[in-house]
Amino acid sequence: MDDRHARIEALAAARGRIAVRLTAAMVLIYFGFIGLVAFARPVLARLLTPGLSVGIVLGALVIVASWTLTWIYVRWANLKYDVELDRLRGRA
Amino acid sequence: MSPQTTAIGEPSAVAMAFFFAFISVTLGITWWAARRTRTTEQFYAAGRSVSGIQNGFALAGDYMSAASFLGIAGLVSTTGFDGLIYSTGWLVGWPIMLFLVAEPLRNLGRYTFADVLAARLAPVPVRVAAALGTLATVSLYLIAQMVGAGGLVRLMFGMSYETAIVLVGAAMIAYVLFGGMLATTWVQIVKAVLLLGGAALLVVLVLARFGFNPAALFATAAARHGAGVLAPGKLVSNPLDAISLGLALMFGTAGLPHILMRFYTVPDARAARQSVFYATGLIGTFYLMTFVIGFGAMVLVGPDAIRAMDKGGNMAAPLLAEFLGGQPFLGFIAAVAFATILAVVAGLTLSGAAALSHDLWASVIRKGRAEPVEELRVARLATLALGVVAVGLGIAFQGQNVAFMVSLAFAIAASGNFPALVLCIFWPRCTTAGAVTSMAVGTLGTLVLIALSPTVQIDLLHRTEAWFPLRNPALVTVPLSFAAGILVSLVTGRSARTDRSAAFSAWERKMHLGPMEE
Repeated sequence: MDDRHARIEALAAARGRIAVRLTAAMVLIYFGFIGLVAFARPVLARLLTPGLSVGIVLGALVIVASWTLTWIYVRWANLKYDVELDRLRGRA
Repeated sequence: MSPQTTAIGEPSAVAMAFFFAFISVTLGITWWAARRTRTTEQFYAAGRSVSGIQNGFALAGDYMSAASFLGIAGLVSTTGFDGLIYSTGWLVGWPIMLFLVAEPLRNLGRYTFADVLAARLAPVPVRVAAALGTLATVSLYLIAQMVGAGGLVRLMFGMSYETAIVLVGAAMIAYVLFGGMLATTWVQIVKAVLLLGGAALLVVLVLARFGFNPAALFATAAARHGAGVLAPGKLVSNPLDAISLGLALMFGTAGLPHILMRFYTVPDARAARQSVFYATGLIGTFYLMTFVIGFGAMVLVGPDAIRAMDKGGNMAAPLLAEFLGGQPFLGFIAAVAFATILAVVAGLTLSGAAALSHDLWASVIRKGRAEPVEELRVARLATLALGVVAVGLGIAFQGQNVAFMVSLAFAIAASGNFPALVLCIFWPRCTTAGAVTSMAVGTLGTLVLIALSPTVQIDLLHRTEAWFPLRNPALVTVPLSFAAGILVSLVTGRSARTDRSAAFSAWERKMHLGPMEE
């Protein structure tokens, strides 16, 4: 029972770590973008190809980054978290 | 194309046909759902029968409001790049919700987010505080949607404002009263599919004219309306304001009671996780499409014609639809916009009714002694009352500028609901007094600072100066609410620490393994 308790604590800590890291990444990416919008307009106005400014590309990348971070979490949860939860339940 | 040639505002047979088709289908769903809505679990949580992907569509349906479809497309069509700032802001709250709230919420509660607080802390004070936070968020959001609906329907169908509001109110009451969460869920799913389909059709028709190359569309826009449309413009004149709005959007999403309530409709935490994954994909795609639709309207319809129709630019997407597909397509998009409002108000009403019947009536007033049958009756009465109040407020606020109410709702959700929820879920030392203080400080602080902000002082009251410089108070109220919650918890929770840590281990077990365990 103590072993089970320790494993739940370890799993909670692992989930906490990944949640905090991914949240921090999302906050940094989004407020980095807003910071550029507020303080570096000339950079965002620069054109990569006709019609495609740095700002538009970065804005779209914020959306892609949201998807990617979500996917990273779901993949971790499906492969690691759920498997450990199933083991813990199986032993209950 | 000039505004004189548009059929917008004339009663259109096609729009009416699409609109009545939507009403018939959704009322059919309600009739089907009504026979499966006999218990509180079915009324509040659709009997936990909704699958991950279905809930993903329903979450997207609950979240993609007419304001974000018509408003962002309009903003992009008149200012270009600046609309993208909003699009990204509305999306980035979703990953945060997944990482911090979705799965614990599913495992720790039953019907409302207050259930989570009440399961760990003293139930009566935290339920009262959370229910008040819910009602504040829901009513502000509801007023904004109702007033938006009245204006929109008058503009598009030529119907009177009051008729439109009463129609919206009646349909929404019918869905929730008879069909509960099951009907509301399927209305959201139908609406999400229609809205995403309509937007996708607009995007394909726009891009077809530019060789399916978005860059060619943007380049044409820059050639006609200046290179400025591809760069940040006037929207972010005050960086602190932008950051404050960003905070409200990012953390407010994870504190919206009607969104949080959807996690109880799925069978387990795993399905809750999947549903956020699908919702994030759908909502992100939707905002990318809105950006293209906005630029399409800028190039093909023109900013002047759009502003001539509606100063706020809200008619950009309908005008573009008319340009591309004539009256039938206009009718379809108009009906989709109306369906969008109906679905969002239904979700809000259900969440407000749950706060009244589940949190306040059954748990606080009746102290948990209410029979489920009684709670269900109260929930239906609350739905009816909220619907009537919403119609009344919608008519009372006619012609008022209520756009700020949505960002106010997000600010309250971010500073009143979100900090207490996170502290309660993850922090072993969180106390009842701490959580209640955090909710009270967050909600009241937001209301006071909004009242003192330029939005109310200058825009509404026409004063020359405002006491508080920021339009959105989240930059102050979110940290303040966290600080208040932490400080009060530390002060009130000095004794019996070992006892609480054993209780917190049990809490953690339930958070991860779910309620079946034990």
